[in-house]
Amino acid sequence: MSTTLLINGKSHQVDLPDDVPLLWVLRDEVGLTGTKYGCGVAACGACTVHINGESVRSCQTALGDVEGEITTIEGIGKPGAMATIQQAWVDHQVAQCGYCQSGQIMQAASLLAENPSPTDADIDEAMQGNLCRCGTYPRIRAAVHTAAQKMQEA
Amino acid sequence: MASIGKIARRTFLIGSAAIVGGVAFGAYYVSRPAPNPLKPGKGEAALNPFVLIDQQGVTLFAPRAEMGQGVKTTWAALIAEELDVELEDVRVLHGPAARAYYNSAFMADALPNRGYNVSDFQHAVGEVMGVLGRTLNMQGTGGSTSMKDGYKRMRQAGASARETLKQAAANRLGINREQLKTAKGMVQAPDGTSLSYSELALDAAKLDPVEPDLRPRSEWRLLGKTQPRVDMVEKATGTAEFGIDVRQPGMKFASVRMNPRLGAGMNSFDATTAETMPGVEKIVDMGDGVAVVANNTWLAMQAVEAIEIDWQDAPYPPETDQVFARIAEAFDDEPNSTMRDDGDVDQLPKGAVGLTAEYQLPYLAHATMEPMNATALFETDKLTLWCGNQMPTIHQWKCATEAGLESEQVEVHTTYLGGGFGRRVELDFSILATRLAKQMPGVPVQLTWSREEDMRHDFYRPGAIGRMRGAVKDGAVVLMDGKVAAASPTAQIMDRIAGLPAGGPDKVHVEGFFNPPYAIPNFRMSGHLSDISIPVGFWRSVGNSFNGFFVESFMDEMAHKAGADPLEFRLALARQEWAPAAGVLEAVKEMSGWTGKTPDGVGRGVAMCYSFGTPVAQVIEVVDEDGSIRLNKAWIACDMGLALDPETVKAQMSGGMVYGLSAALFGEITFANGEVEQGNFPDYDALRMHTMPQTEVRVLETQKHMGGAGEPGTPPAAPALANAIFDLTGKRARRLPLMHDFDLFT
Repeated sequence: MSTTLLINGKSHQVDLPDDVPLLWVLRDEVGLTGTKYGCGVAACGACTVHINGESVRSCQTALGDVEGEITTIEGIGKPGAMATIQQAWVDHQVAQCGYCQSGQIMQAASLLAENPSPTDADIDEAMQGNLCRCGTYPRIRAAVHTAAQKMQEA
Repeated sequence: MASIGKIARRTFLIGSAAIVGGVAFGAYYVSRPAPNPLKPGKGEAALNPFVLIDQQGVTLFAPRAEMGQGVKTTWAALIAEELDVELEDVRVLHGPAARAYYNSAFMADALPNRGYNVSDFQHAVGEVMGVLGRTLNMQGTGGSTSMKDGYKRMRQAGASARETLKQAAANRLGINREQLKTAKGMVQAPDGTSLSYSELALDAAKLDPVEPDLRPRSEWRLLGKTQPRVDMVEKATGTAEFGIDVRQPGMKFASVRMNPRLGAGMNSFDATTAETMPGVEKIVDMGDGVAVVANNTWLAMQAVEAIEIDWQDAPYPPETDQVFARIAEAFDDEPNSTMRDDGDVDQLPKGAVGLTAEYQLPYLAHATMEPMNATALFETDKLTLWCGNQMPTIHQWKCATEAGLESEQVEVHTTYLGGGFGRRVELDFSILATRLAKQMPGVPVQLTWSREEDMRHDFYRPGAIGRMRGAVKDGAVVLMDGKVAAASPTAQIMDRIAGLPAGGPDKVHVEGFFNPPYAIPNFRMSGHLSDISIPVGFWRSVGNSFNGFFVESFMDEMAHKAGADPLEFRLALARQEWAPAAGVLEAVKEMSGWTGKTPDGVGRGVAMCYSFGTPVAQVIEVVDEDGSIRLNKAWIACDMGLALDPETVKAQMSGGMVYGLSAALFGEITFANGEVEQGNFPDYDALRMHTMPQTEVRVLETQKHMGGAGEPGTPPAAPALANAIFDLTGKRARRLPLMHDFDLFT
């Protein structure tokens, strides 16, 4: 059966069973590969996207349950036209292997939308579901603080 | 940069490529250069295998796996330094699998010396041994070798290309090459005339390459200074292409289940249910497993889980306790190596106090964030392979064998790696993708493992047992006699890659065991190899990952026995043996404000390990937080000799420590009924944002030779943490992970 999804401002028709997780709809059907598969059990956060601005684990969100507009890492900015938070990631040279960073950025973006000036404790609370095997946490923390500051100045 | 796809298609043709425009390796090849794998099209010139110039600009080739360590940037910076181009003005590509991209530092590290004490003569011997890397076609990334390998050769490649371009300009302008200058991709004449490299490239390609001297360090613009990483924007925008992101026209998605009793076969399977499941297009018998091809990865994973499979039994003891009992049996046999045997360890020195301890460390998974995957397209006389891997030429060779082709008929595209840590040295994911693609000629197929399949089919860090005996007198160590038992990753990998037995003393098995830079008068360290067949491989820092724990935990026990401060105790021994080892201990002492005393509720531990040419000391501070133990702070000091990119070195030291701490706290792979019990991150957790200690790194450059960066941060992490927990609780951790014996803050 065909489902209509609104992703990054564009409408997409997809023809997949209702129980297919949004992650695999985005990656294999729509071709948006910035959202990553890490665990499939909501234990690593690599698949984080926004639905109506709230962060969700797309590996645990069935296609049939999606209601609202989806935003992925590709939807918040592009090389040459990066979002403030992406620029903060570049300024702090956060990524190592980089595989988890789309999810980290999407999680941090939703934190900043709710809480424009998070403390370290707020960041700990919001980001602890996002795993990074390279151990880039100190730079992620610094980038979140910088992004918060830049967004408040803007 | 519009023609990148075109260049990629044209230049990545593999074959018996003629040398185009000469190859400028300088003195680093023995008799003749390897063929240049870059085949320039019309209007392009490949001045050597690392520099390609066309009308759009300059492309540099960094044929080392970018798995987070920043090699793409620093490798390109080595070339750009001498070529006089800016990193933001060039394109950097990985390039094809090719002999020209051999790793000269692999074999040098295999020499049977202690590493830190090599003379200049031995160091030169190591460089000559590096040519074996070329003759064995070893294009690879690992062993913290990239900068040692590329440091001279890549500056030479840049310098030679620059001078050859200048010669082309000199010929055109009718003046001497010496009168010309270069900057930002331009050759400049005294009269103000400027010619771009693009304008000169075709002429330069016709000239014999010029081989100039390298610039002294005092003239460097880029090296020794932190450069913005060339992969950072892609990785912040979701546009970096990992193996799992490869998309080809008409591509199918597949998943696989191989025997969870590792190395055993399959009796039969029943795919009746799977065949009818949504999206399923094909079920493929993989020999000792089954794959499902579908129109979506998740649907393939669901279907492959629904197949009923009758597996054969494991070829090793099926329960964890039996596995370790089997490993301990290796102590009954003659040691494979005794690479340290100084003084007399059989006599307890007069007046000395003896002690013994036994430690046991678990098997560990790599658990890269990106699960194993590869994409393959088989056509009658050709195989195209896309994957993140650390050994392109070996993948090319082994996948050719699997497909029934010659290596020249296999094209390997190496993507970014979503973590490597040694896992992507292995060939299994590429071979399985090839096996599957061969059943579907003309159809590109991407094979992705579930996280569970990944964790249960690793080449694990071997489980290891350390038996230590020592003696102290007058506050110092007078005797250390150690034995380590574990299976050998080197022996298994030699067998997997080449079908060859590994002979002689296994240096990797005892690295960090026989050569800690401490002056101990009676000192013997032996390695006992277990032949247990559980698959093992190169896990970040390899043998050092367990040997560092044995030596540095026991050093701590000896310090306490001697009534000495654990840091001063090490410092005294290191000062007598090798100044840079003492230097990193001095540095963490100062950084942490070490006094040897900690208030109630705070514990501190120290460890120092020498691995991959780099001494690293770490101090870890833990605190009692309402009865549970929380990691509070960490201080790291390393001596690189030369740090080509200081921030990248710091990132590697910090990340290497996190990898070691994660394993120490939570990491273990155990067996039941021959199958790995852990399957996903809830069973195999790691440090996270809220459990990460505040970390400070200091990079020293006092030692004579350049050290590696990717791995040396890992070995001291676990013992420094265990020693800190002893300081806090008075309880010694003689096995890991710590979560079994301590209440940890999570």
